[in-house]
Amino acid sequence: MAPDKPYADIPGTTIFDSDMARMGYHCNQFCMSLMKPENRERFKADEEAYLDEWPMTPEQRAGVLARDYKGLLKLGGNIYFLAKLFFTDEWSFEKAAAFQAGVPQDEYRTMMLAGGRSPDGNRYIGEQS
Amino acid sequence: MARITGGVTTSHVPAIGAAMDLGKTDEDYWRPLFAGYERSKAWMAEQEPDVIVLVYNDHATAFSLEMIPTFAIGTGERYESADEGWGRRPVPVVEGHPDLAWHIAQSVIQDDFDLTIVNEMDVDHGLTVPLSLMFGQPDAWPCKVIPFAVNVVVYPPPSGRRCYDLGHAIRKAVESFPDDLNVQVWGTGGMSHQLQGERVGLINTEFDTEFLDRFASDPEALASIPHIDYVREAGSEGIELVMWLIMRGALAPDAKEVHRHYHVPASNTAVGHLILENPR
Repeated sequence: MAPDKPYADIPGTTIFDSDMARMGYHCNQFCMSLMKPENRERFKADEEAYLDEWPMTPEQRAGVLARDYKGLLKLGGNIYFLAKLFFTDEWSFEKAAAFQAGVPQDEYRTMMLAGGRSPDGNRYIGEQS
Repeated sequence: MARITGGVTTSHVPAIGAAMDLGKTDEDYWRPLFAGYERSKAWMAEQEPDVIVLVYNDHATAFSLEMIPTFAIGTGERYESADEGWGRRPVPVVEGHPDLAWHIAQSVIQDDFDLTIVNEMDVDHGLTVPLSLMFGQPDAWPCKVIPFAVNVVVYPPPSGRRCYDLGHAIRKAVESFPDDLNVQVWGTGGMSHQLQGERVGLINTEFDTEFLDRFASDPEALASIPHIDYVREAGSEGIELVMWLIMRGALAPDAKEVHRHYHVPASNTAVGHLILENPR
């Protein structure tokens, strides 16, 4: 357990600290392996078989197969590593962001063009906007 | 002697590089962003630096969880643009400056900043997008580049104060290099953005504007901003702004802002850009 987590009260945010880096090690290193085109091809051909090579937890494995990015963040996945997985699916970062926000991509883009998500109401759990 | 003449800060959003590589810079979505860099390209053409010390962060490209250096200086002769999952960006190879890089490494380590020294690595969008923004799309980059990577992916990143002080040590190192070189220091990343979780898409224009306003004139105050304030106010990836403070520390206390650009959005990010010049 990390000694001090002053960031624990920020809503909708997982800081990739020592606990998460330890928990997510194999899951993130699996994602890293997708940087190589030959590994992307092998993964796409048989995801279950490819994942057998990586000693991640059953929850992480299910999260990868389901592309449950919000779930994977809580299981130690880091967004820059998970990006290798959604790039393999030919998703853009914008598409992945909209998916995490739970809105269609055009709606997310409209929000960003209007200045993005306001920090008001998003600084602390329970902050009123 | 080598001297630092000026510096650049800029966001390094990967989608900006993709827009340039795919010829989309005239699209309505991108035009206002690129318009703010026209003056910057003209400025670069006038300045003709010999070397850029380019502070950036690697995004799980050269450094996975296998090795996580807090500060890493590239002392190699050349660096290829990395394949980040979409193929390599079609940009020129980055030529290093091993003599100056090794000199900086020795000097700042002896000033108590314990750098990791890297001879072989690929460089990702964090380094190549700023080059594209400032130089356009030449056949070869017109100067040498010393990559300087900072860990802002795995908590804890170095503090703003540590980064600012490291900038001072880089200035001292460059100014003690015997060759007559025109050196720039760039700090990249930021501004407010969050790429993960339900709070994804967070932008804080007020925070960004104050950061830009104080960057040249009151960097001491910015160096005191703690990690938690960046995350809370500027998003989990807004912490990249500590890298700007390395650039600021490397420039003179009385460096002047000569250009500013701010635009929302590029994909998920608020784009901020400053040019500072040292007094002659």
